[in-house]
Amino acid sequence: MSAGGTGSGDLSTGDLTTGGMRAAWAASPSELLMKAAAKAASRRRSTVRRRLTLIAGLVMLAIAIVAVLLAPVLVSASPTTIDALHPLASPLTAGHLLGTDQFGRDVLARILYGGRIDLAIAFGATSVTLVGGTIIGLVAGYLGGRVDAILMRLVDLFFAFPFLVLIIAIVAMLGPSIFNMFIAIWITSWVSYARIMRAQTVVAKKQQYVLAARALGYGPVRVMFRHILPNVASAVIIFSMVDAVGNIILAASLGFLGLGAQPPAPEWGTMISDGQNYLLSSWWLATLPGLAVVFVGVAFSLIGDGLTDLLRAGER
Amino acid sequence: MSRFGSFPRRLVHVVIVLFGITLVTFFLLRLIPGDPALAILGSSYTHTRAVAIDSTLGLNRPIWSQYGLFMGRLFHGNLGFSFFYNQAATTVIGNHIAPTIFLIIYSAVLALVISFPIGFVSGLRRGGVTDQASRVFFTLSFAMPGFWLGIILILIFSVHLHAFPISGFGGGLAGHLYSLFLPALTIALGFSTVLVRSLRAATITTLQAEFIDTARMKGVGWSQVLWRHVFRNAVLAVVAVYGVNLAYLISGTVLVENVFSLPGLGTLLVSSVSDRDYPVVQGVTLLFAVLIVAINLLTDVVQAALDPRVGQEIGE
Repeated sequence: MSAGGTGSGDLSTGDLTTGGMRAAWAASPSELLMKAAAKAASRRRSTVRRRLTLIAGLVMLAIAIVAVLLAPVLVSASPTTIDALHPLASPLTAGHLLGTDQFGRDVLARILYGGRIDLAIAFGATSVTLVGGTIIGLVAGYLGGRVDAILMRLVDLFFAFPFLVLIIAIVAMLGPSIFNMFIAIWITSWVSYARIMRAQTVVAKKQQYVLAARALGYGPVRVMFRHILPNVASAVIIFSMVDAVGNIILAASLGFLGLGAQPPAPEWGTMISDGQNYLLSSWWLATLPGLAVVFVGVAFSLIGDGLTDLLRAGER
Repeated sequence: MSRFGSFPRRLVHVVIVLFGITLVTFFLLRLIPGDPALAILGSSYTHTRAVAIDSTLGLNRPIWSQYGLFMGRLFHGNLGFSFFYNQAATTVIGNHIAPTIFLIIYSAVLALVISFPIGFVSGLRRGGVTDQASRVFFTLSFAMPGFWLGIILILIFSVHLHAFPISGFGGGLAGHLYSLFLPALTIALGFSTVLVRSLRAATITTLQAEFIDTARMKGVGWSQVLWRHVFRNAVLAVVAVYGVNLAYLISGTVLVENVFSLPGLGTLLVSSVSDRDYPVVQGVTLLFAVLIVAINLLTDVVQAALDPRVGQEIGE
């Protein structure tokens, strides 16, 4: 969906750019010609660099996903088997590359298996709210009127709460578990997408191509999803990468507070929380799972940065 | 038109949002699966108490009437009774409010101290050492869970350097400032990411403005231009960003208070979740939301006071 959408987005915005350039040509030809050439050269350079950013992010994310899925192949130790004889072994101990925790469980195994939960939350929470929020914003922006007013007041309302506090409150009422954490994120996180998408739709619906589609007699659903959505989707797609960073941190945060994954299930946040008790003697317990969070977070950030310039390159 | 032309309309908006906040807080209790009276009482369940709760919450009445009761109690400053602490919820919350407010102000100020010089210098010397270093650092810190950063700071400054305490609120103003330095720094570093980025962008934009050239041509010294024109205008552009993100900072306090075991609202919120102390959860959520509304209002006022154009634009 996203690939086809951005393709047609490039086409229409590309036309606009040429139109703007033609007007500029008329103003002062020679000087602008040189400026445009210099600009194009620097843009080519920066596009190459941005592609590298995107590729670096994708490679990092791929490494994380493969490592997490192939955990049983990569480490022989089980993440939950207790070994009372070898507790708190430091990293680089034979058989335990990243050491063991207070119960003698292998830290590397726990990080790899734990990543399954965190990555699942990053993808599960982000994708559902991306789709839901986008549809709500699209409908609100396109229909306008009372539907728009009600939905946007609802969005305002959610923005009045500190995000984390509202999620904690909802989890508190439903009872702490991973599934209820998903529900809390789904209830609250769609609002950002709805707000961004609505703003884009309000602008887009006055554009020629939308008016043309409506003049052809296309119904609102077709105009919204076949014409407007592909042209404005880049904004929410870029935001979803920022949101994914937020969600991976959120998953770890709730685990840390004891409101997400419940022990003995390995999860990065709960591992950091457990490790904090052994900070004085065993630094690796709290620090290493955090590095895993940072690794995945940076991966999503780089993808977001790369996408931003790639998707917006055609708009300039 | 007066300087605060849009202010009355803004106040009406605030009242609507506050009304919505009470609505959301009210419905939070409805999320509890099963009988709320049973859940609220928990182990202190007796039949007479359950009947008392049913009548204060009006559980046997229609839902709008329950909301009316809730609002009536709220206007009398009654958030319900905490059976866990055996005190009114407002008393419990009041006992935990000081460290949180102190921490919020401390970290907000610290964030200014950190981000203003860095952001301004990064904008002035684009691609310079400060710019490059801060970009790398803040890209990493954006993907870093705040609580994990706190633990790293504890590891460095408390465990190894013995420079700051691992936890606690301290006594007296100097004691508070000393004990809360690491927690405040943790929050401030996360907050600085956004501030440095926007101040850098604002500085770059301001440097390209025509009035800078005019000032230079008038013969104003470079340091004067920087201070009186560039810096002041850049700061003006960042006020709104500062206000909006101050709201996110509050989410940070919840986590950081738990890392450093501070006796604040965030710790209370999380412990109340595991204690199933629903009235306290409800009350803290409400309080945080009201705090955010107040901060947003304050941001608008400050912005209008600093920049007369702001009030006018919205007012007309």
